[in-house]
Amino acid sequence: MIGASDVVALTKEDEYSQAIPDPWALPEEFSIPLHPLADSNPWAKTAYAKFTKDFILISEFSEQVGPQPLLTIPDNPKVCGTFDLNYFSLRIMSVDYQASFVGHPPGSGYPRLSFVEDSRVVLGDSKEGAFAYVHHLTLYDLEARGFVRPFCMAYVATEEKKIMLQFQELSLRFSQASECLKAGNRRAFAKELQRKLRDLEYTHSVLQREEGLQREAGPQCIYSAHTVEKANELANVEKSIFEHRDLLRQISSYHHRPRRDPHAAACNKCVTECWSECEELLERYAKLASPFCFNEEERRTEEGQHQFDEEGVERLDEGDDTSVKRRLSYTPQLIKAKSTKCFDKRLKTLQELCDSTFYEATVELLKETERSFRGDLCYMHTRRLEKSLCRKQRVTNFLFEEEVGDDDEEKETLRPFCAVNHTRDTFPLSNPPPIVLGTELLEFDQLEPSPPPVRSSTVRHTQDSELGLVESHFESSPSDQTLETQESSEETKGSFSSDKSGTCAAAEAQHDNSSDLTPDPDPERESSSEEVETTAGGEEGDQTPVSFLDVMCELEALQENGSEGQTQPLLLPIDTACCIPQEGFLYESEAQICLTPKSPQPCQISVVNQEPQSLFPLPDDYTMGTPCLQNPAAGLELPVGSLGDGVSHTSAEDGSDCTISTSTGSDSTALSLGYGGVVTLRQRKKAGHGALRFVRQYPFAMQALWCLLSGRTLVVLGADEGRVRRLVSALALFVPGPGKYGEKVQAWLSCSITLTDLQRWKLIGLQRVASPVGSNMLYSLSRYSRYISVLDADQRTLRCPPYRGHLLTNIADHRTFIRRGATYFLHVQSTLCHLAARAFLFTFTHHLHLPVCSTEGPEVVEGRRRCFLQKQLELGEEDSQILLYLSQLITQHYLHTSTGHTDAAPLFSFKYSTSLLYKHRP
Amino acid sequence: MLRWILGAREAPSSAERSPVLLIGEEQPKNRFTELQVLKGHFDIVRFLVQIDDFRCASAGDDALVLIWSVETGERLQELRGHTQQITAITTFSSTNGVAAHASLITASSDRSLSLWDPDTGNRVQTISDLQSSVKCLLVLERQCVWISGGEELCVWSKDFQLQSQRQTHSDNGITALIELPKNCIAAAMDKDIMIYRLTVSTDSSVSVAEIRCLSNHQDQIRSLITVNDGLFASGSHAGELVVWDAVEWNMVARERILWEEPQAGTEIRLGAAQPSEVSIQHLSTNGKLIVAAVGGGLYVYNVLTRSVLAYRKQAHDSNVLHTSLLSDSDVMSCSEDGSVRMWEIQEQPLMAEATSAGLFGGMWSFGRSNKSSVHVSKKTPPDSAPVRTLELTGDLIGHSGAVQMFISFNESALVTCSTDHLLILWKDGQRESQRRSLALLHKLEEKGGL
Repeated sequence: MIGASDVVALTKEDEYSQAIPDPWALPEEFSIPLHPLADSNPWAKTAYAKFTKDFILISEFSEQVGPQPLLTIPDNPKVCGTFDLNYFSLRIMSVDYQASFVGHPPGSGYPRLSFVEDSRVVLGDSKEGAFAYVHHLTLYDLEARGFVRPFCMAYVATEEKKIMLQFQELSLRFSQASECLKAGNRRAFAKELQRKLRDLEYTHSVLQREEGLQREAGPQCIYSAHTVEKANELANVEKSIFEHRDLLRQISSYHHRPRRDPHAAACNKCVTECWSECEELLERYAKLASPFCFNEEERRTEEGQHQFDEEGVERLDEGDDTSVKRRLSYTPQLIKAKSTKCFDKRLKTLQELCDSTFYEATVELLKETERSFRGDLCYMHTRRLEKSLCRKQRVTNFLFEEEVGDDDEEKETLRPFCAVNHTRDTFPLSNPPPIVLGTELLEFDQLEPSPPPVRSSTVRHTQDSELGLVESHFESSPSDQTLETQESSEETKGSFSSDKSGTCAAAEAQHDNSSDLTPDPDPERESSSEEVETTAGGEEGDQTPVSFLDVMCELEALQENGSEGQTQPLLLPIDTACCIPQEGFLYESEAQICLTPKSPQPCQISVVNQEPQSLFPLPDDYTMGTPCLQNPAAGLELPVGSLGDGVSHTSAEDGSDCTISTSTGSDSTALSLGYGGVVTLRQRKKAGHGALRFVRQYPFAMQALWCLLSGRTLVVLGADEGRVRRLVSALALFVPGPGKYGEKVQAWLSCSITLTDLQRWKLIGLQRVASPVGSNMLYSLSRYSRYISVLDADQRTLRCPPYRGHLLTNIADHRTFIRRGATYFLHVQSTLCHLAARAFLFTFTHHLHLPVCSTEGPEVVEGRRRCFLQKQLELGEEDSQILLYLSQLITQHYLHTSTGHTDAAPLFSFKYSTSLLYKHRP
Repeated sequence: MLRWILGAREAPSSAERSPVLLIGEEQPKNRFTELQVLKGHFDIVRFLVQIDDFRCASAGDDALVLIWSVETGERLQELRGHTQQITAITTFSSTNGVAAHASLITASSDRSLSLWDPDTGNRVQTISDLQSSVKCLLVLERQCVWISGGEELCVWSKDFQLQSQRQTHSDNGITALIELPKNCIAAAMDKDIMIYRLTVSTDSSVSVAEIRCLSNHQDQIRSLITVNDGLFASGSHAGELVVWDAVEWNMVARERILWEEPQAGTEIRLGAAQPSEVSIQHLSTNGKLIVAAVGGGLYVYNVLTRSVLAYRKQAHDSNVLHTSLLSDSDVMSCSEDGSVRMWEIQEQPLMAEATSAGLFGGMWSFGRSNKSSVHVSKKTPPDSAPVRTLELTGDLIGHSGAVQMFISFNESALVTCSTDHLLILWKDGQRESQRRSLALLHKLEEKGGL
């Protein structure tokens, strides 16, 4: 726990020298405002919210019934309580800013799929007490109107600020989910098209046969009404075939489009898979189109623009047709001339729209998102603060902190990049959005290598903005700044809906000013930004994010296809009906991050918000330390049996703990320890309760703690398994470097110990057996007595070397006023952190280990080392041992991690000193 | 000491152990404060050989030879090839060109001999289908040959060619071999010591001839060592320690060790104690002093003054298996009781407490009166017996079985091997932690910061 201010001493001076001139002052993020503002109460708003926890809502704008909620995550009706999901769906679906225009654009013979980028909106419903990050996306459905189905995913929270501050990360995570859905949807759509095309082909061939029969039967020059009708029908089907084939081509060209959405980097593998699938289909249906051959001539004159297609078709031989058909398991159906109208057909569910694997992956992704955003802002803030500080002190983290490894961190922000479990290396490198919760930059590490000069004006500090809009810029180097990336940053606009639109406007105005002043040396960039400016300038009124780039994309796509390029008008008239103009919504056009795949640059963040005031008791569900990893060895766990008593469990849970007489502790914690599971923060906090009890019950607790901290193996001997396990799990808190899975702790051992056991474990729970086996065990205990301390849980004695230091008095005071386990845990953690910091200092101070000049012998260095410990750190003999042991662990860890794994056996150090027997006199 | 653990249920029964000194947990002179358990063997580890300053080889009943780095505790090589337990191992240094290159020769119960390259782990040479298994090996550097002893005595050239072979007449065969001056070797065979002479003829073939048979021991010879250029010593199962002249092959001194209870105990012991209690398991020397492992006790004999310098009857709880003289005053011993003990030869604090002469009364009174025993220490006055004591300065507890052997590396490391299949590498913790600190700072510098 980074509660101690000492940790700050580890950071480099230049980082803090500017921000904090006074070295003794608390860093800003730890300071608590003395007079919190009245309206900054984070709970004030929850008072009238109709739901208690944040949740994710997926809704659809159904063309049949209008906006409707589809799914909540967590999928539990209790989550939203009395909250009206239908009404809220209506609200969030009404702010869809996706520039979706559908139908036949002028100049094109065929309906076009609209390639729409997702839009992101934050909206609030102050009446309901609900605020939401809303992510709109469009999926394709052959049966839907305009082939599109608008959906939205919303993160609904009671706190506006939370949404605002988490905007970047929410955006990233929802983009991932959206990409995943869309990838699945494209596949499903292509499959559907395939089916439809096959139907059409079949219908076509049937009609053709009928027509041919008629032609043969009737006189050549007379066309009956029936024949004409048939011919029309045939023509319709042909047209439909062309349309669908075109759609297929469009969908397969999807991935060629430059993406404007910075978050929309999709998994390469998914894309290629989908692409190759589409290509294959496209090829197949190009071949299947042969039946048209005999009326080729007329068609060519009529629809000149199709000639390339037709010729391509013509060249094909008929043989393929049958071979392809033979392969198909699907039996085509005859399609009626008039398709059914939209209201009597059943629309596909979301699950059908996307491939089910993709759907499930998305749901999983969203579930994790929900999990990671649990808790309120204060909680998230402290947690992230702690994490970022932990990352700073990697060297000593292994001692007492939870492991926050590199991979862990990435896992949390970016893990399910491709939700369908493609390996991560397939996607282009992208940076997770920086965590912005406090006024300080949390990403210290990123700034450590002094960043290349960032244009100062682009980095703005909106300290005074009350809303605390998150502003961040990933400035890419000019060479990497392409048209797409540049424009995408401008183009993709998140909309913030807010009651405080005034402040927002002010913020934006300020922002615009600054961006206008930006001198831009890069000509390419300049030109592109000019283009954008003109577009934006022209459309200020209707605020449509679709602009020049759309056209560019379309053009590019067309040129690739090489057919309709000439007939396309340069600028598309904008279908304004699709873009609902809204008053009071502002675009924060630059509150975006632009991720360039090649050159991730250090980011600059500034945030405006008030500090969370303090830690407060969190609802139980929120106290999740880390997203709880499944215990890999859960199967090994012993049955709880009679030991797991519910009463004590609750007493530990609700925090009103530490009544020694009644509470027997939570066995669940004790039992789960030492079976290979990851020791979570939650478990450790519970252990805090046990540790507090131990300290208060046993007068020799200090000696026991000293043994653990100075590296002397402590054996807890007892006949009662539950009791021993409880003690072990409580004491495990004090084992330095316990390992990620608590490898250095053995909770319950019923055979005699060996030297290798002592080497492996630093805390052992040992069963006392009254049998020959037992005496054998006692023999081994006495044999190795010089290496171990023995805590007899039954007789309440401790045999260990005497401790006369003062370092541990403040954590092992049996008259402590701390009453709560969690508090004690934090207290202990801060003390241990302090110790670790000192050990770090000792380990890495050159002159304590190296001679200053060549004339110095090793004994001078030794003397200086002793002097440092005794005079400067004011540590006695025993306290020095703690520090030396920690220092040794740090050294070994450092050497080990940098050299990698060796087969060398682990070291076991000890000291020859006399042990005393401490007794508990009640 | 155990009472607190055992509770009131079990009365302490340490009375019978009282003669053995217990040092307790406070051991300021014990510098071995760090250990590494080296795992790799599957059976009793019996032999340790030092290859160079930082490597050692271990061998045992599992037919494996393992090469270890003493600095890091890593297992460097695994020499596999033998099918049965290793009976003898020795280093064999050959100077090919510039640098001396150490090899290993091993003998096994599978009646084969192998030459190994410890750098690569390759089996360079091997001889199988011997008539009997080899029990001891001796390398004669000067003659560029090596000798294997068992039921027959074989002389081998460097490239593993048999030079000469000679049957022995004893049932047990040769149990120990040492080199003597003037191209002679001494071989211990049951109760006798046989002196052989090697003659290298003009065509560089080597022949072996029996010169002398020394039959002064009454019991089986357990140990045979070279003391210095002029002396060698042998110890027998009956507690006879004989110092021989290496050139003349006659007895220089003869001691018969009998542990006799000085106090008038209730049980009356005869002069001859249990043979196992007086059996000389091992001898070691530094040229001036000889340390004999006698049963569970230690016995330091001064070769120069031909007198007993110090002794301790109950040095260990059970038989001492290996001893070593680290310096003129430091003795180390390991025993079947699983411990290694470090001793210091100190001045006797109180002369008044000098032990009765009866302790060594039987020194010269037994045994055949050999004609050559003119030099036997008859003159030794009883009152001048041991002037110093062996004081326990530290013990190393780690093995759970008998500690078979140990070797010490430059006083900075100690490797022990044991019947519990383990090796333990003991080190000076303070020195090691300092070394690691320097390594850390070095690494820090290399990486250019954290």
